[in-house]
Amino acid sequence: MRLGFGAFVVVGLAVALALAFFVSPQASSDPDGLKKVAIDQGFAETETDHALDDTPTAGYEVRGVDDGRLSTGLAGVIGVAITFAVAGGLLLVVQRRRAAGSSRPSPSGPSGLSSRSPASPASP
Amino acid sequence: MHIPDGFIDGTTSAGAAVVAAGGMGAALRRAGEVLDERRVPLAGLVAAFVFAVQMLNFPVVSGTSGHLLGGALAAILVGPAVGAVCVSVVLAVQALLFADGGLSAIGLNVLNMALVTVFGGYAVFVVLRRLLPRGPSSVVVASGVAAAFSVVASAAVFTLEYAIGGTGTAAVPTVAGAMVGVHVLIGIGEGIITGLVVGAVLATRADLVWGARDLGLELEPAAHRPLPERVAS
Repeated sequence: MRLGFGAFVVVGLAVALALAFFVSPQASSDPDGLKKVAIDQGFAETETDHALDDTPTAGYEVRGVDDGRLSTGLAGVIGVAITFAVAGGLLLVVQRRRAAGSSRPSPSGPSGLSSRSPASPASP
Repeated sequence: MHIPDGFIDGTTSAGAAVVAAGGMGAALRRAGEVLDERRVPLAGLVAAFVFAVQMLNFPVVSGTSGHLLGGALAAILVGPAVGAVCVSVVLAVQALLFADGGLSAIGLNVLNMALVTVFGGYAVFVVLRRLLPRGPSSVVVASGVAAAFSVVASAAVFTLEYAIGGTGTAAVPTVAGAMVGVHVLIGIGEGIITGLVVGAVLATRADLVWGARDLGLELEPAAHRPLPERVAS
């Protein structure tokens, strides 16, 4: 199955949103590796309050939504959408600034999407 | 593995923030150089996907969970520079919007989860690609092993930070053993998930996998046009 580029991004976002909305409420609520080590090794109590603990989506729960699963799922959807927008927006700015500041063609050629370099994958 | 406020003292946190800011500055510059404008939505998707899977804590041993860090995955899909920016955005959104990861620890968290995992994981990936036979299955294997390594490396760097500026009283070797031990298990989960995701992308749009560019999968062979003859004057 080969998807067009736009379809790939849309399908990928749909998968991310579905994971965030439907699966994240089922995730394990046990402490993660670091938190468990902190509890076992007695330094969990050195944690201090987060300055944003009282904000409307703190702790991956949307304030005012009483159903816990729905609340977590909605927080996940909000997070996925905002992360997509911020990362995409930031990289678009960085990319355009670079493109405007340099008239050299990009190393991957004019199309970029079709770069086929025989070089090793090492070159970042 | 998000460090909350208070675990690591202010001086060490500030030092980590300086290192993280330097690394991020370099990553942003490099991202601008290597990123084609049409690939920007793909980078946004990688960030959004990493955010989603970081919410999916899976059980590892009794009473302990782990979740994908996604640094190696991002590096293999969109390259290390863009990948580092993607994971840093995830960490910033988590700290600012969801109070996950301390505000004073943002430098530590970017260093551990966006720089160590991305660049450490990608370095292992590149070495494995050179050792393994060429081909898509090698990309999947290298992705999984690199991802597993990246989690353990991140845990080791946390231990280093704890050794320098930890506010707790637990002995460093004990913390080191516990951190590395549990994160080997979490790393196995990270490796399996990363291999599956990279395999899925290779099966649908192999040309979008940065770490498999050299294979030229599903792409038209580059045209080898002869250079135009120079007119003798």
